[in-house]
Amino acid sequence: MQDLGIKVLFEGNNLLRLGEGLWLVLELSFISVFLSVVFGIIMGILMTLKNPVINFLARVYLEFVRIMPQLVLLFVVYFGLTKMFGIHLSGFSAAVIVFVIWGTAEMGDLVRGALLAVPKHQYESGAAIGLNKAQIFRYIIIPQTLRRLVPLAINLATRMIKTTSLIVMIGVVEMLKVGQQIIEANRYTAPSAALWIYGTIFFLYFFLCYPVSLLAHRLEKRWDV
Amino acid sequence: MKKYLKSFIAVLTIVSMAVLAGCGSSGDTSSDKTASNGKSTARNVEQIKQSGEVIIGVFSDKAPFGYVDANGKYQGYDVYFAERIGKDLGVKIKYVSLDPANRVEYLKTGKVDIVLANFTVTKERAEVVDFALPYMKVALGVVSKNGQYTSAEQLNGKTLIVAKGTTAETYFTKNHPEVKLLKFDQYTETYNALLDGRGDAFSTDNTEVLAWAKNNPGFAVGIPNLGDIDTIAPAVQKGNVDLLNWLNEEIKTLGKEKFFHANYEVTLKNVYGDTVNPDDLVVEGGELK
Repeated sequence: MQDLGIKVLFEGNNLLRLGEGLWLVLELSFISVFLSVVFGIIMGILMTLKNPVINFLARVYLEFVRIMPQLVLLFVVYFGLTKMFGIHLSGFSAAVIVFVIWGTAEMGDLVRGALLAVPKHQYESGAAIGLNKAQIFRYIIIPQTLRRLVPLAINLATRMIKTTSLIVMIGVVEMLKVGQQIIEANRYTAPSAALWIYGTIFFLYFFLCYPVSLLAHRLEKRWDV
Repeated sequence: MKKYLKSFIAVLTIVSMAVLAGCGSSGDTSSDKTASNGKSTARNVEQIKQSGEVIIGVFSDKAPFGYVDANGKYQGYDVYFAERIGKDLGVKIKYVSLDPANRVEYLKTGKVDIVLANFTVTKERAEVVDFALPYMKVALGVVSKNGQYTSAEQLNGKTLIVAKGTTAETYFTKNHPEVKLLKFDQYTETYNALLDGRGDAFSTDNTEVLAWAKNNPGFAVGIPNLGDIDTIAPAVQKGNVDLLNWLNEEIKTLGKEKFFHANYEVTLKNVYGDTVNPDDLVVEGGELK
């Protein structure tokens, strides 16, 4: 019985198909996390400017993204844009847009928090020893902000990787869906396949997320002087 | 603090307004705007033929109706029919993997031309999509030891296993209150209960029990067709009369050559075995017998 289940994994192109699903998850997460970090930093800095208009808009944006479940955002971008404006996006582009919108909002708030957490006297001490503004940021503020930011950003990145399993709802066949297809195609011949397939997927997600958290750990250690 | 509270309330108001507006406008488009809205309108037969490709939405994880085999190829009863549609239109087929929850949206936005994803015809769905003639039917089936129960009346006073929330539960509660029901949350529990002898029989969709009985010797489906018969049909976007008529003609023509029985032989027979009468599931030429 168990032999039957594991055999399904190696049947035909099944492993390759899972690999393709994994690649898709990797691609989507990498693009989205990268863009989110870039835009998030910009947004975070903008939010610390204390401009009431920017603050208000950022607040609306952040609350909106936080309240909306990601699945709803995916439907709005994928189906909503078509309905309202006749724009047809591919499922993958729609997913990138939603993930960047979501990631930027959360990342922006993290950057804002990390920046504000640096006490005022750090700026003042820097100025007191004769550093100019750029130097204060380069040598005092940014290193301290980064240290606070990395664990939070890693947390967000792994959450984004795991949330990619939702994009199947807009027609993108990713790793988890491939797994379900394999399980269902064998439901009469090898009912025990489910355990093996889900087990494999568990490890694949682990291999995606673990390097990210390893990296974070090493960075934290290196900075922990 | 006070200032923060104020802005928070302002944000909440705006967000809720935006959400409400979003819901409202999507409601509008679903009812009447789609036809006038440029690109979300579905394509007619001529446009599909010209593009050289028909986009068909199918399930990719519902064996044996629509699934993907080990080589990544779409297979199953629905797909067999889709292949024939592509052949008769003279175009290539692009399959889109659908889930139960997004089938309607895909049609409304014209992202697929036809949905062949084991789509059960219901009144509510018929208001938002157009169904062609049926090509399959499902009803309730009752499985028991050696198929000893062959009519619902024989179940009086006996214990029948059902899964919660299924049509079987509703049907027996309403029409046969004399039958004792033993309810479970999960399908696996229901089958185990039947194997253990905790109940005399088990009822759910006949497509399910027929396949299960084949793989479990000693059990048979004594009642293959009970309750309201639901039909399964291809669906197109609401108002796409051209494609709808083409599909209806196609199904009628295919009925003459007994196409869906041939389909059954290829895709369903090894799942249901020799004991099942294909006419319990297959609808030929769009006519229910």
